[in-house]
Amino acid sequence: MSFSDFIMQNLQEFWHLTGFYNATWEHLVMLAVGLFFIWLAIKKNFEPMLLVPIGFGILIGNIPFNTTAGLEIGIYEEGSVLNILYNGVSAGWYPPLIFLGIGAMTDFSALIANPKLMLIGAAAQFGIFGAYMVALLLGFAPDQAGAIAIIGGADGPTAIFLSSKLAPNLMGAIAVSAYSYMALVPVIQPPLMRLFTTKKERLIKMKPARAVSQNEKIIFPIVGMILTCFVVPSGIPLLGMLFFGNLLRECGVTNRLAKTASNALTDIVTILLGMTVGASTQASEFLTGDTIRIFLLGFMAFIIASTSGVLFVKLFNLVLPHSKKINPLIGNAGVSAVPMSARISNNLGLEYDPSNYLLMHAMGPNVAGVIGSAVAAGVLLGFLA
Amino acid sequence: MKKRLLTLLVVTLTCVVAISAQGRRGLRINEVMIENDSSSVVDDFGKYSAWVELFNSTFGPLEISSVFLTNDRNNNTLYPVPLGDVNTEIPSRQHILFWADGEPNKGTFHMNFTFTPGEDNYVAIYDANGISLIDEIVIPGDLKPGQSYARKVDGEGGTGNPDAWEVRDGSNEKYITPSSNNIIKSTNSKVDMFAEQDARGGGMAIMAMCIVFTALLVLAICFNIINKIGANISRKRKIKALAEDEDMDDHHKEQDSGEVIAAIAAALAEHLDAHDRENTVLTINKVRKAYSPWSSKIYGLRELPRR
Repeated sequence: MSFSDFIMQNLQEFWHLTGFYNATWEHLVMLAVGLFFIWLAIKKNFEPMLLVPIGFGILIGNIPFNTTAGLEIGIYEEGSVLNILYNGVSAGWYPPLIFLGIGAMTDFSALIANPKLMLIGAAAQFGIFGAYMVALLLGFAPDQAGAIAIIGGADGPTAIFLSSKLAPNLMGAIAVSAYSYMALVPVIQPPLMRLFTTKKERLIKMKPARAVSQNEKIIFPIVGMILTCFVVPSGIPLLGMLFFGNLLRECGVTNRLAKTASNALTDIVTILLGMTVGASTQASEFLTGDTIRIFLLGFMAFIIASTSGVLFVKLFNLVLPHSKKINPLIGNAGVSAVPMSARISNNLGLEYDPSNYLLMHAMGPNVAGVIGSAVAAGVLLGFLA
Repeated sequence: MKKRLLTLLVVTLTCVVAISAQGRRGLRINEVMIENDSSSVVDDFGKYSAWVELFNSTFGPLEISSVFLTNDRNNNTLYPVPLGDVNTEIPSRQHILFWADGEPNKGTFHMNFTFTPGEDNYVAIYDANGISLIDEIVIPGDLKPGQSYARKVDGEGGTGNPDAWEVRDGSNEKYITPSSNNIIKSTNSKVDMFAEQDARGGGMAIMAMCIVFTALLVLAICFNIINKIGANISRKRKIKALAEDEDMDDHHKEQDSGEVIAAIAAALAEHLDAHDRENTVLTINKVRKAYSPWSSKIYGLRELPRR
């Protein structure tokens, strides 16, 4: 072999390894999707903390390369760096860590002061099971339908946790769909809230919540964990970590741990979770008819969840005395998009009465939604895993 | 420090004992062949010997070295599983095969006893202490050559319960499965059941919503009760505190009314011209500080872009 042949042969082999040689139209579509997510996050400020890592992860996961070369670079190639990072998603241990952080960030006072608001959080979970029924109608198997339906809980970590157990092949689409719709909560929910409430109902003023003692705040995570996990033991990974994080926050003697859980730890896991979920959406897995159906089902699940929360409050008001009526504008907050959906309740309330601040009242069902969606995930896991 | 170390030690020991006990209890005798007639599995030496299949029914790996296998009710420690063999760790929900050929010199998985065809045979596993029984079963004597006695479902049915066992003759329904699952599952039975019984999902929706409501309702009721108890306690404390205040007021009413104390303090201040030492000055003048670009944050090298 002459020297020039040697050079040419190696350059040709290198060319076969490049992204330009291996690119397909599917890769380009996925790269465009990743760029769109990054644009949404930076320019439109839609959930930037999530969409930037996911969007960039999509770019990383869809760089074309020669999969037969055994370079150990792809997310699904055992031993690659991305594969090691992806273990937190595939084995399902990132979501409970995120829940630890959520627990350490969340103030359950509004819920403790008015425990009946928990039922709104429960009612909104109908979005999950409504979407489950529609998914079955569209031809998904029960375990896949359960994994898709959890999008209705509006809880990204829960959706990832459950789909990693029930339908790992759909996880990328489910996670991206869940986070996309969470980002679109301010667009999806207000028209529904206006549609299903009367002007008179929107003006209902609720009594200010009573002050909650420190002891009650400490008892809540302990009793909450024991009771909910006794009912749904399969929810232990999520509920256990959520309440543990909250105990760290409220007990007053573990401030350093609570601070780490709610800041550094959550940030680290969010970066890894977002990036690896994005990278897992490889074109061959993602660009399928199922993905489109999953996005449709996710949208439907959000609508059903928000609507059922609002309608449940209206129903609940029928049995409540006049002085204790609940403003149905906080019904949408039963989904666990914390605190975005509570903020939407507040903003809409202020639109109709500038002195009607609903934020603290809406936080009750909002955090109940976090508990409710974790319980719902546990139920689905218990029934279908 | 000592107290902390002691607590840590106790907790660690408790965990170790609990985990160990929990793990070993999950070991099960899963299938036994008394007379291997060359239609079944052959050992590493090409011999058709009787075998005992053990199953790890837990969802974690299980190290079984130092447990005892026996076929003698009067000798619990007949064959100790040797230490130091990496193959004595059974992965979660997996199997391991021991040969009852009476030739322990052939290796870890060759036991020092054999079975007697044509009569009832007893086989048991004892924990490392030689006292705690983990599992036992009596294999009926009417087992024909080439037949095995197996659990109907892997690892299920408890200890020494013949109802959970069946004779397997190698036919299509009763296949013999050394080192493999007694029931081969190609699908998730729960999912199949939901697909068959609840094709529209209504059942799931009703059951799941009931469970979600129950969980949160129980929590709500519980906190309603805690709220009431808390309110009662704080009311009682308040009443008690008020009562104590009133007692104090009655006691000191004539001695230290606020007006009297204020008058005395004012008189003393006037007489002594007393002032606190104050180190700050209230002023309406604008305070100027020397500016230096070295201390300015806007020139920081690590300044992040702001939108």
